Amino acid sequence: MNTQSRLEKILASGELAVTSECGPPRGARPEKVKEKSALLKDHVDGINVTDNQTAMVRMSSFAAAVIIKQMGLDPIMQMVARDRNRLAMQSDIIGAYAFGINTMLCLSGDHAKFGDHPMAKGVFDIDSVQMINMVRRMRDDETFQGGAKIDGAPKMFIGAAANPFADPFELRVMRLAKKIKAGVDFIQTQCIFNLDKFEEWMKGVTDRGLDKKVHILAGITPMKSVGMARYMKNKVPGMDIPDTVIKRLEGVSKQQQPEEGIKMAVESIERIKQIKGVHGFHIMAIEWEEKVPQIVEQAGLYPRPKV
Amino acid sequence: METFEPEIVAFCCHYCAYTAADMAGSKRISYPSNVKIIRVPCTGKVDAIHLMKALEIGADGVYVAGCLAGDCHFKNGNVRAEARVNRVKKMLTELGWEPERVAMVKLSAGMGEQFAETARKFTETIRKLGPGPGKRTGIDDRAAS
Amino acid sequence: MITAEQKPMQEIIQYIAPYSKILLVGCNECVTVCAAGGRKEVGLLASALHLNHLKQGKTIDIKEITLERQCDPEYVEELAPYIDGVDAVVSMACGCGVQTVAGRYKKSPVFPAVNTRFMGASLGQGVWAERCKGCGDCVLGITGGICPVARCSKHLFNGPCGGTSNGQCEIGPETDCAWRLIWERLKELGMEDRYEDLMNAKDWRPGGAAGPGKIIREDLA
Ligand code: SF4
Ligand code: SF4
Repeated sequence: MNTQSRLEKILASGELAVTSECGPPRGARPEKVKEKSALLKDHVDGINVTDNQTAMVRMSSFAAAVIIKQMGLDPIMQMVARDRNRLAMQSDIIGAYAFGINTMLCLSGDHAKFGDHPMAKGVFDIDSVQMINMVRRMRDDETFQGGAKIDGAPKMFIGAAANPFADPFELRVMRLAKKIKAGVDFIQTQCIFNLDKFEEWMKGVTDRGLDKKVHILAGITPMKSVGMARYMKNKVPGMDIPDTVIKRLEGVSKQQQPEEGIKMAVESIERIKQIKGVHGFHIMAIEWEEKVPQIVEQAGLYPRPKV
Repeated sequence: METFEPEIVAFCCHYCAYTAADMAGSKRISYPSNVKIIRVPCTGKVDAIHLMKALEIGADGVYVAGCLAGDCHFKNGNVRAEARVNRVKKMLTELGWEPERVAMVKLSAGMGEQFAETARKFTETIRKLGPGPGKRTGIDDRAAS
Repeated sequence: MITAEQKPMQEIIQYIAPYSKILLVGCNECVTVCAAGGRKEVGLLASALHLNHLKQGKTIDIKEITLERQCDPEYVEELAPYIDGVDAVVSMACGCGVQTVAGRYKKSPVFPAVNTRFMGASLGQGVWAERCKGCGDCVLGITGGICPVARCSKHLFNGPCGGTSNGQCEIGPETDCAWRLIWERLKELGMEDRYEDLMNAKDWRPGGAAGPGKIIREDLA
């Protein structure tokens, strides 16, 4: 065991892990963070705290993670390469660790073009793979990226994202291998709707034995409506939403769509549980956090193990 | 103002509009004498600067007459000419002048009647707009220098 | 080459509003090739400025001159005979040219007439695209001849990110994903295995992080 991370402990125990996420508010409203996290608290092993998600300014992931930590829960602090250079990243990582935040996720970040400050200059001093490597060296070698020793090294359990659906598809396993080489401990995937494609990717992963080197948590998002499904299909970069998903939602009345969406999410979890190499689930219920406990329960992932 | 007679320059392609003008002449189809024709081997040779300079030194309106779409003797000279005319229109707008002072027309060699009609219409448009940039103060000194 | 585009006419007009004698200086190099500030564009801008002044019922004296290279003091010297006779200089060169002129003729206000955009290559008639960011430590040798700094919207050294779709960059369908191109090229070259080599965090010093760049060649200086 490398860290104090609860997620690491669960994964090490061989149990399926469950994480979810909380998007911090667009203003100084700590109560919003608390409300959202409280909804998740008994049903997940870690709560991702997004970092200026979709390039919209929000309360910093660091601050929101501290709030969650102080509730006695387990935040997973996300960090994007878009908004910080390596100095800012490292100081935030040390700072977060000083507050007991021991799990993080390294990301490139959506391009600023999509957000509310499209005129901003993206930093991109280092990329997500290099960030993983930096955090690993901070932990294992106790050195800063620049080479100096750290007095009080942050011991982070290191996560990253993987999108099995972005193209070129053939690169997707190789890129995972690269992240593993850089030192990643766990992966949360993009929302999975195309299960066949996900299975194909996982086969590539297990064929290379990569599932032995990293914990893969499958990304699950319940669809609230057919409108949301269509939007994600057409507007969100890197999403793969098969027509069958849209058809199935179209097949039920508008009032029943949310329930159908949850049913589909639960079915996906059941099917993915059978896939070799999957070690857990990352449930992203976008602005719908209150439904996470229901999904976790219906998918037979409740109660969460005590570690 | 009542006596304003616009001076108009028409850059005409040798292969089409110029021949059309010729035909208009030989068939005795009259068109306003305001239009001074400059023969060019292809309207692709007409640059934005030619249009601008013409306006600057006294023309009240300028147009480029090239071949019908797809008929350019040199493939796409007419297309390029049109793009340049549009560019000059944009510049004139930015400068507060009327973009209608420049135009692109497309004709074939046999369209003598249309040539005359175009000349008449353009002259009327410019007459309504009044004197062009070069007719304002100070221009004569500069044009001579 | 360095690419540029002419500034909005009204901005140029405002710069020169207080002056009546202008030296309008073009450059025969990059800005000529990208049709932003060569001899032709100098003529066109001069003409436009005349039309503008005629609109106001005024005249303006514009001396047009296009130098061989505006970023080279040797050629900028050619402006010396005219400089005392004008109130201001308007340069149609890239920022390097504008500054060389401004640095040489300290008493004359010098205004840029173009916006310098990027280092790019021509993709065809009238189309230019960014190709290099002058990072000072070229990696084209390991990325199959495609620049991840200039052509990946996130300057990723270990791409592609998760946003690429249909081979295009997540910023939009007009932009090819650089990492898709890199991957395809590596495959063509039979160098796929290179892809999994980690590219380490970049040292940005040679590309500007160390302060304004400067090259001194002892053998030439
Ligand atoms: S790697 Fe650096 S030097 Fe090479 S093309 Fe890209 S930006 Fe230019
Ligand atoms: S889609 Fe491709 S080019 Fe665009 S940011 Fe991602 S890796 Fe870079």
